[in-house]
Amino acid sequence: MRPVLSVSSLRKQYGDFAAVNGVSFEVHRSEIVGLLGPNGAGKTTTINMILGVLEPTSGAIAIDGIDISAHRSRALARANFAAVYAPLPGNLTVYQNLRVFGLLYCVKDLASRIESLLEQFDLARFRDTKCGVLSSGEQTRVCLAKAMLNRPRALLLDEPTASLDPATARDIRAGIRDLVACHECGILWTSHNMYEVEEICDRVLFLSHGQILLEGNPKTLPREHNKNTLEDLFVAVAREPLTLERA
Amino acid sequence: MRIRRIAAIVLRQFYLLRSSPARFIPLFAWVTIDIILWGFITRYLNSVAASGVNFLPTLLGAVLLWDFLVRVMQGVTIAFFEDVWSRNFLNIFASPLLIAEYLGGLVLSSIATSAVGLVVMLVLASAIFGLSLLSYGVLFAPFLLVLFLFGIALGICSAAIVLRLGPAAEWFIWPIPALISPFAGVFYPVSTLPRWMQYVSRALPPSYVFEGLRGVVHGGAVSITALWLSAALAAGYIGVACWLFTSVYRRAVRTGLIARYSAESVS
Repeated sequence: MRPVLSVSSLRKQYGDFAAVNGVSFEVHRSEIVGLLGPNGAGKTTTINMILGVLEPTSGAIAIDGIDISAHRSRALARANFAAVYAPLPGNLTVYQNLRVFGLLYCVKDLASRIESLLEQFDLARFRDTKCGVLSSGEQTRVCLAKAMLNRPRALLLDEPTASLDPATARDIRAGIRDLVACHECGILWTSHNMYEVEEICDRVLFLSHGQILLEGNPKTLPREHNKNTLEDLFVAVAREPLTLERA
Repeated sequence: MRIRRIAAIVLRQFYLLRSSPARFIPLFAWVTIDIILWGFITRYLNSVAASGVNFLPTLLGAVLLWDFLVRVMQGVTIAFFEDVWSRNFLNIFASPLLIAEYLGGLVLSSIATSAVGLVVMLVLASAIFGLSLLSYGVLFAPFLLVLFLFGIALGICSAAIVLRLGPAAEWFIWPIPALISPFAGVFYPVSTLPRWMQYVSRALPPSYVFEGLRGVVHGGAVSITALWLSAALAAGYIGVACWLFTSVYRRAVRTGLIARYSAESVS
């Protein structure tokens, strides 16, 4: 079965600096892959290239088998994203934002899709509220609802629960788990919350200085590298990447 | 091209206009002020000029047409600025939206908003000052068409400038019509200008419209060929503006500016 997201030999060079340097990975249906790494490791650069808002220096990206450089619009119609740094316009209401983005993604039966997402993300009471006056957690839920509008094959979530309280974050994680199971979508998930990553991700990729340093099951990977927890492993990747490379 | 994606851009603009007096009132407020101000200036000039001279169709008519062009241009740029102001580039450009669809949405938004301004101007100019469209005959339609096309070209070009230089470059955009107007011969024949300015005028489609307007009013010959030429020129400028916007967009995707637009530059 073809992967929902395929990234091969991806590279982004700024002058002499390689922000992303030969990254390759795949995300399969019903799989949640964690993209981890310290600040500046190249996670957001990789996500921006997958979303078509940053042109790679070299390499290839395919969403659900469609090459994004050749068929950008068709490929992006099968993807969606939510990121803390990309809130929806605060001057539109929740419903208006979902309607505008539903049209942009050409969602069929849009009215009923919006209603079901308002229910799913507990946003019905904010339907006619401008997004700009919602709390950061509520805005995150609107962004997630927008990200689900087109039932994406590949979903990119950049720190999706960063501004949510623990109870809401748990509900959201459960909802995303259900979505993955029901709709056979694959998720690329970045987070600095290692507890969350261990709970939700089937596989993790550790990125350091633009390269994938480690890959594996988040539950077993720490022991394989003589670390007690995923957080210990993360700290080691951030501080001593060369030691891990040698191991 | 998907109509639904173009409709999304127009719908977003409709939602914003409907809910915000700060956006809706300017659609007709400034043109109302202009028509009233120039209407009375025209009335005064008629009273002091030699008998039989009527400035109404040349002066007030010119103001009306020039304001229409400005409204068309601003209709495109303001719809684009909404994405700048709300920092919405990442959401918009990471969607399946094509650049042609995005520009199509901006143009359709502009048609709707500039039509409001035009209707208000026509009603005020005829009801208060007695300006009759009949004085221009059937040529009024091609006059509007040429100015509309050139306004669209200016609007798309302005959006490209702001996309390239960052949000602060918005302040380069507002004076553009004022910079063009001396060359366009809005209030005087192009022959009044020094030679070098006349060369610039010939490259500007509005100059043919305002020369034509004076020709119609003074009973002189109006060059239909010149009007066709100006329409073709304006259409050509739209092509150049679309190419410019697309080039700037591609550069922004190559450099990463789209994703970090608030930084204004990635260097």
